[in-house]
Amino acid sequence: MRRTVPLMITFIVGLTLILAVFIPPEPFDTMNREFSVYFDIIAVFAFVLGGGNLLRLHGDRVYRRGKDWKFSIVTLAGFAVTLVVGLGKIGGPPGVRGDLMAPGTWFRFVFNAVLTPLSATMFALLAFYVASASFRAFRAKTPEATILLVSGFIILLGRTFLGGILTGWLPDSLSFLTIPNLADWIMAWPNTAGQRAIVIGIALGVTATSLRLILGIERGYLGSD
Amino acid sequence: MRLLAFFKTLDRRFIFLFVGLAVIFPFLLDLDLPEYPTVMVKAIYNTVEGLQPGSLVLMPFDYDPSTAPELDPMAAAVVRHCLSRDLRVCFMALWPEGQGMVSNLISGTVQPEFPDKVYGRDYVNLGYKAGGQGLINAVLLNMRSMFTTDAAGVPVDSLPIMIGVTNLKDFKFIMNFSAGRPGSKEWIQFAGDPGRIPVASGSTAVQAPLLYPYYPSQMVGLMGGLKGAAEYEAALLAGYPRFKDSRRVATELMVPQAMAHFVIMLFIVLGNIIYFAERRAGKR
Repeated sequence: MRRTVPLMITFIVGLTLILAVFIPPEPFDTMNREFSVYFDIIAVFAFVLGGGNLLRLHGDRVYRRGKDWKFSIVTLAGFAVTLVVGLGKIGGPPGVRGDLMAPGTWFRFVFNAVLTPLSATMFALLAFYVASASFRAFRAKTPEATILLVSGFIILLGRTFLGGILTGWLPDSLSFLTIPNLADWIMAWPNTAGQRAIVIGIALGVTATSLRLILGIERGYLGSD
Repeated sequence: MRLLAFFKTLDRRFIFLFVGLAVIFPFLLDLDLPEYPTVMVKAIYNTVEGLQPGSLVLMPFDYDPSTAPELDPMAAAVVRHCLSRDLRVCFMALWPEGQGMVSNLISGTVQPEFPDKVYGRDYVNLGYKAGGQGLINAVLLNMRSMFTTDAAGVPVDSLPIMIGVTNLKDFKFIMNFSAGRPGSKEWIQFAGDPGRIPVASGSTAVQAPLLYPYYPSQMVGLMGGLKGAAEYEAALLAGYPRFKDSRRVATELMVPQAMAHFVIMLFIVLGNIIYFAERRAGKR
């Protein structure tokens, strides 16, 4: 019974959702609209779950003095401050529905003065690590690696003014050999072909997995007991 | 061989230093390099040009501050273009931080540069809503079920711009700014295709290659990274010389980015020289 009921729910809901999308006449059209709204309402609860999980994980680490527990204090403090200034709409227009980002709100200050520079810094650090990793690992060791290296080089050059300068002297009849044009060609043809194959593969995989779930062949989500 | 040994054991902090200098140095020179819009960027520009004044454009801001240096300039350029053409713009976000990005754009670009445009009549910030592709599917069928108020809590029924808007099909164009998922791919798959609404994407350079398969049949155009933004700024300046005094952030940032690329390429070449020299020495 503990397995049969969830399997039945999955089968009925899965089948209904498919019918709701593919069959336009009523009542399926209304069902499609309503299910979309249900989905969005459920999605909101993920925030509560996420917040609770963050508190539990980091609270537990601080309590047990686990690895890097001091960083967890920073995480919890950041979470608490943002939550209080956001929910409290401190410094902003009164009311539950007031704009969080209205001029003068503390939340706007936290967003622009703390979150923005921290996020930008973390992302900008990638440039340094990419340079270091490229120096150590981007080697023409095999024919495949050489093709990747040459392609990457052309794309890097083609996305800057240097590509145009280096091959700008080529006559019009050979303009297809200019680095920006070669970069565009690599992106438009080999890249698109590869990406399209990946997208189709993922779509087929998602369809197969969905069917396995709906038909009860895939039961991993039910747990082990 | 001593030089080779030095480079082989090069401390990565030297590499960091070179990259840092390559990024900082061009800021001191104040260079302005010409950019020319490519076909994919020009396609977005032409789509905006082709819309009738008063048409509704939806702009979902699906990114956060980490990718703002790439996506903020392109968002500013497209918004300038749309408002210059008297199009009406609805901002929204599938990312929680997107609402903040919209607020900053409104206070930093829209209000100072377009003082004649009125909030609620010419543009509106509908704010963030959870749900990702589920939300797109919901608003494709019924916008009012999900957006009852704007970001400031004002009922949408009281906003002139929202009069007559029932679902996504009332928008003539969706210009999405995306740094990941949910983002452009979801807007194409769940809004553009089923609703037959033209969708274009302004995405990070990292994400742009993933979106190429959708162009041109499912996506009208693509701006990839800072270069795409700089190209749009160039197209806008060519079509609207009144923006010659507006700050073209992407064009300014292209030089430091190009220098960083150049340094990375130098290190790749150096790494390969070391590799082949070692291999040759090994054969001997």
